[in-house]
Amino acid sequence: MRVAMPGNTLRRSITIVNPQGLHMRPITAFVEVAAKFKSRVSLCKQNETPIDGKSPLGLLGLAAEEGAVLELEVDGPDAEQALCALSEILEKPSFDD
Amino acid sequence: MRMCDFVVRESISTELGANTKEGVIREMIENLRQAGYFKGNDSEDVVKEVLRRETLGSTGIGRGVAIPHTKHAGVDRLVGTVALSRKGVAFDSVDGEPVFIFILLISPKERPGDHLRALENVSRHLRDDSFVRSLRQAVTRDSVWGLLDDQEHRS
Repeated sequence: MRVAMPGNTLRRSITIVNPQGLHMRPITAFVEVAAKFKSRVSLCKQNETPIDGKSPLGLLGLAAEEGAVLELEVDGPDAEQALCALSEILEKPSFDD
Repeated sequence: MRMCDFVVRESISTELGANTKEGVIREMIENLRQAGYFKGNDSEDVVKEVLRRETLGSTGIGRGVAIPHTKHAGVDRLVGTVALSRKGVAFDSVDGEPVFIFILLISPKERPGDHLRALENVSRHLRDDSFVRSLRQAVTRDSVWGLLDDQEHRS
């Protein structure tokens, strides 16, 4: 896990450990939590274009399977809390579905 | 994976009769059953599973779109169907708006990769505003199929 902090921007690399991958349940949970923060949130696969972390349709395009490494980036006044809460969702090993 | 690969053409409906969440899901699964999918009591079981999934959180993902889905042993490959509502249906969507476009997916168990790729494919179509506008206006099964097919050629 890697955390960098240029200004108010925080980044973290997260490996998906859920055998079902990042399916719709974690994505909608992620968007619901992201919406509570003022910070801008983005998520992407390594070296790919960042996707708006508050857009469920955008995030469904990730198709992140187990083992995929995602880059989470948050930028704003509540970036630290957002990074913590959103990482927790991405790192969950399972979601009911 | 292409949307035409898993959407069952004969099950597409452009005029949903149902106006409730459960009604829409039942109608779409019945459309798949009439197209030759599900044996015995499987279709009722699939209805229950899709409804159970909705209790965990709505699959209404905003912009007038919902993607109800489940994994079920009654299919040996990913199958999907499309249905349109003219009046819109309250679906507890993330944006609180009614749903006009429904894309229902039934995946085999233990094939999470296929399920994720189908979600990716569907979401890619639905991020295209002109596709969504045209789909909402489609009045025949063939015109819906034509849109799905055209989109594949453009993507």
